[in-house]
Amino acid sequence: MPRLRLRCDRRCLRALAAQALLLAAVAGVLAWLAGNAGAKLAQQGIASGFGFLGKEAAFAISEHPIAYSPADSYARALTVGVLNTLKVALPALLFATVLGTLAGIAQLGRNWLAARLARGYVEAVRNVPLLLQLFFWYGLLTELLPLPRQAWSPLPGVFLSRRGLMLPAPAGEGWGTLLAAAALGLAAALALRAAYGRVRRGGGALAALLLAPPLAAWLATAGTRAWSVPALQGFNYVGGTTLSPEFAALLLGLTLYAGSYIAEIVRAGILAVPRGQVEAGLALGLSRAQVLRLIVLPQALRAIVPPLASQYLSLVKNSSLAVAIGYPDVVSISNTAINQTGQAVEGIAIIMAAYLSVSLAVAALMNLYNRRVALRGATR
Amino acid sequence: MHHTIRTSVAALLAAYALGQAGAALAGETFDTVKKRGTLRCGVNVSVPGFSAPDSQGKWTGLDVDVCRAVAAAVFGDANKVEFVPLNAQQRFAAVQSGEVDLLSRNTTWTLSRDAGLKLDFGPVVFYDGQGFMVPKAMGVKSATELNGATVCVQTGTSTEQTLADWFRAKNMSFKPVVIDSFDELNKAFFAGRCDVYTTDRSGLASIRKTMSGKPDDYVILPETISKEPLAPAWRHGDNEWGDVVRWSVTALIEAEELGINSANVDAQASSGNPAVARFLGTTHGLGAALGLSDKWAYDIVKQVGNYGEVYQRNIREPLELARDLNALWTAGGLLYAIPVR
Repeated sequence: MPRLRLRCDRRCLRALAAQALLLAAVAGVLAWLAGNAGAKLAQQGIASGFGFLGKEAAFAISEHPIAYSPADSYARALTVGVLNTLKVALPALLFATVLGTLAGIAQLGRNWLAARLARGYVEAVRNVPLLLQLFFWYGLLTELLPLPRQAWSPLPGVFLSRRGLMLPAPAGEGWGTLLAAAALGLAAALALRAAYGRVRRGGGALAALLLAPPLAAWLATAGTRAWSVPALQGFNYVGGTTLSPEFAALLLGLTLYAGSYIAEIVRAGILAVPRGQVEAGLALGLSRAQVLRLIVLPQALRAIVPPLASQYLSLVKNSSLAVAIGYPDVVSISNTAINQTGQAVEGIAIIMAAYLSVSLAVAALMNLYNRRVALRGATR
Repeated sequence: MHHTIRTSVAALLAAYALGQAGAALAGETFDTVKKRGTLRCGVNVSVPGFSAPDSQGKWTGLDVDVCRAVAAAVFGDANKVEFVPLNAQQRFAAVQSGEVDLLSRNTTWTLSRDAGLKLDFGPVVFYDGQGFMVPKAMGVKSATELNGATVCVQTGTSTEQTLADWFRAKNMSFKPVVIDSFDELNKAFFAGRCDVYTTDRSGLASIRKTMSGKPDDYVILPETISKEPLAPAWRHGDNEWGDVVRWSVTALIEAEELGINSANVDAQASSGNPAVARFLGTTHGLGAALGLSDKWAYDIVKQVGNYGEVYQRNIREPLELARDLNALWTAGGLLYAIPVR
């Protein structure tokens, strides 16, 4: 291992000075730009600063994971926007990964029909702009489904119409207790497993730990649990929970689009595993499924994870197309805030900060995972 | 390395000088317009009746004609206009930065825009108000029956806030569907995604007439939930330019009050009526005080017409929207030209 050089000769000093100067020049230009922008904004009478965040937003948002009304502040409205972005982006990440992995494996599989179907899906979806696909899915959902009064009801309490999918929702505080108890049971079971390693026997104790708290809570909260069932009242369904056509179209579009790219990444990753590995596995008497699970996929992951990470990042950023089909994501809500306050610079800065932090978080998690699957010593 | 420093210093100085030059150029709007030889006018991207390119690509509409009237007054040629289509978010920044000399883009005159955005507004060219449109089959007669409705809303205006305020004040609830793309929003409404469509009444009339395919299946409810006086706007700091815009719009209305239109303007100019002769610059012109030629009002009426003609060809005929508030004060409307004398 080379020893760290602590002495700095003249060449090294000169190099350091050049770097410092470059840094100073970049900082100077940025400061000048910021100062200039500030002066111009003041001169043209455009308000600046983030003071508007505390003011009443005074506009409604159709979907809000946290309580929100027009009397709340801009800060809360924007928080709703960020949560809505996460609400669509995270499930899309999950579904796209599953779909992409299946389609990627199917393309290489021995089932002729599955391989052709997977190939057709990838080529069709990968080569059409995402915005058009979103318009397509949104148009399909809003034009082909029945009107609310003629909604399909495949199960009692479930209605499907142009207004979305209405589902019964849990109501009452008993559900919270139940959820907490289930989490407690899971935590206890995980702790036990961590303490004793893989338990071959004693699975019964583990199951008891896992199930006892939620079961107790189930019995204890029987009176405080209820279901809120949607019912047509006036113009719309009241009660229950709604999966809006905007959300559904965006989730579907993002999942299918990212899934097609992930399928190609998975396919490439599998092809990167030398054929000899498969043959060796088969020679050892492993089944095809075992070879895939124990030999091919673990090695393919090393090739898959880095491009997968950038695919995840583009999925998160692509969710900003929500604004085109009326899903209230962070861009849509910031747009409204900009219109009402006229503070475009701050609004855009908030959008950028939101995507930057989500993207950096995703990138950090993926880097962590990459370090786990990569060959030891192969990454720095 | 010396080279690097020199380059960076030079780049900094050059950038600074550029910034200064930019600041020095942003002078009086009127001078800039005259020097350029064309008027840069910010208009809406596509609202039939107010501003939209026709099948030949020629801009038409009430807002467009306001731009033409100002160009006719300044240059004696209504065609010396460069139209700059702006969306709702861009419009104020475009005026403030000097990208356009005039904003004539169905923009509501409000205190916060006038004082807060450092703009000046001219005479109102259209009295509008936010309304509701519903499918006739729904059987709704009044907006007060809309509790719990799903509402399609256009972005980029104060529409969302006005809507939320109105429902809040009435203790009613609603679900907004806010879509950025105008076409997608219209499609969603006509497909039945929403019960109600809300925007300014003129916009509703335009959408009902030109986008629905079956105008008779939709009704605009009687309630007007906001006052939307639409007026042209320009940036603070050039009072002479403000005078030119203000009096150009006034001339459109004054011409209608005086009974002068594009067809009879030549006959009227030599009719001997002293008020008309002064207005059209036949005698003792009023143009000099504005820094315009004496023929400024004549050019407006000859090339663009009077307000009534402008309304008739852009709003009345294509959208079937009656004059109502936009009639002359003598006919029960709100239009009242400040005396051109």
